[in-house]
Amino acid sequence: MTNLPYVAASYALGVLIPAGFALAAFLRVGAARRRLAAIDPRARPGAGPRLRRGGVR
Amino acid sequence: MHRFANPGQFLRLSGAVLPWVSAGALVLTAIGLVWGLFFAPADWQQGDAVRIMYIHVPAAWLASAGYMALAVCSALSLVWRHPLADLAAVEIGPVGAGFTAMCLATGSLWGKPTWGAWWVWDARLTSVLVLFFLYLGHIALVRAFDDPVRGYRAGAILALVGVVNLPIIKFSVDWWNTLHQPDTITLTGAPSMYIAMLWPLAFSTLGYSLAFAAIVLARTRAAVMERRIRGLLMARAASQEPAP
Repeated sequence: MTNLPYVAASYALGVLIPAGFALAAFLRVGAARRRLAAIDPRARPGAGPRLRRGGVR
Repeated sequence: MHRFANPGQFLRLSGAVLPWVSAGALVLTAIGLVWGLFFAPADWQQGDAVRIMYIHVPAAWLASAGYMALAVCSALSLVWRHPLADLAAVEIGPVGAGFTAMCLATGSLWGKPTWGAWWVWDARLTSVLVLFFLYLGHIALVRAFDDPVRGYRAGAILALVGVVNLPIIKFSVDWWNTLHQPDTITLTGAPSMYIAMLWPLAFSTLGYSLAFAAIVLARTRAAVMERRIRGLLMARAASQEPAP
């Protein structure tokens, strides 16, 4: 393959940048959900179908 | 639209949609990138450097489209003062800046073997660099005020002023004599690209677009929940304060 270092570096950026954003976003959602469940009983998993699925209003 | 922009409704809808958008993003991006890297033909002139296109073109599209989404949220925020539009605008900013940086970096990696230079002060490259600075300015401005609402307003005005840069990016290759090539794919004409290169590009563009949407949705969900947490903690603190 010609120009391999340039192609490899581009693909590394193309995978790592979105993956980094995605991982950070999903960790942040998990942390927010746990914190909310700890302080708001209505947001806990066993709090009823409406709030369990929707989280908060 | 206001009904869907209700924070509770948004959490319900985004919670249902997010797994599908994420899975679609993963599958389509993987197909596009593997196809582009191993199975698409090399260019007769550029060789394998053309494979950078499968990253660079979606990143460039999402840099502009992300800014357009930021501007729409800013307009909704200024006109209807909707808090969800403010939160979405704040969350789009860093993701758009990341994809713009990806566009600039991969463009540089493509420019070196093709043009012999990492960077040229070409109209297309310079206008995309300005877009990157607009994203950075928005990120800084919305966080620069003690009162978040003032930060949202200032950021929204900056985002709307910056929209003038989008047509400059789009038409820079037509208005000026640039080193960057003109558009290969247009809405009005047939693409001047070999079909074996067009398909993997379509997959990676769609995949990256879904990835952008999934990341912004997830970040906005987190921001809505964090705002709710702040509200609950403030209400709890206020109820525990002794009466004067």
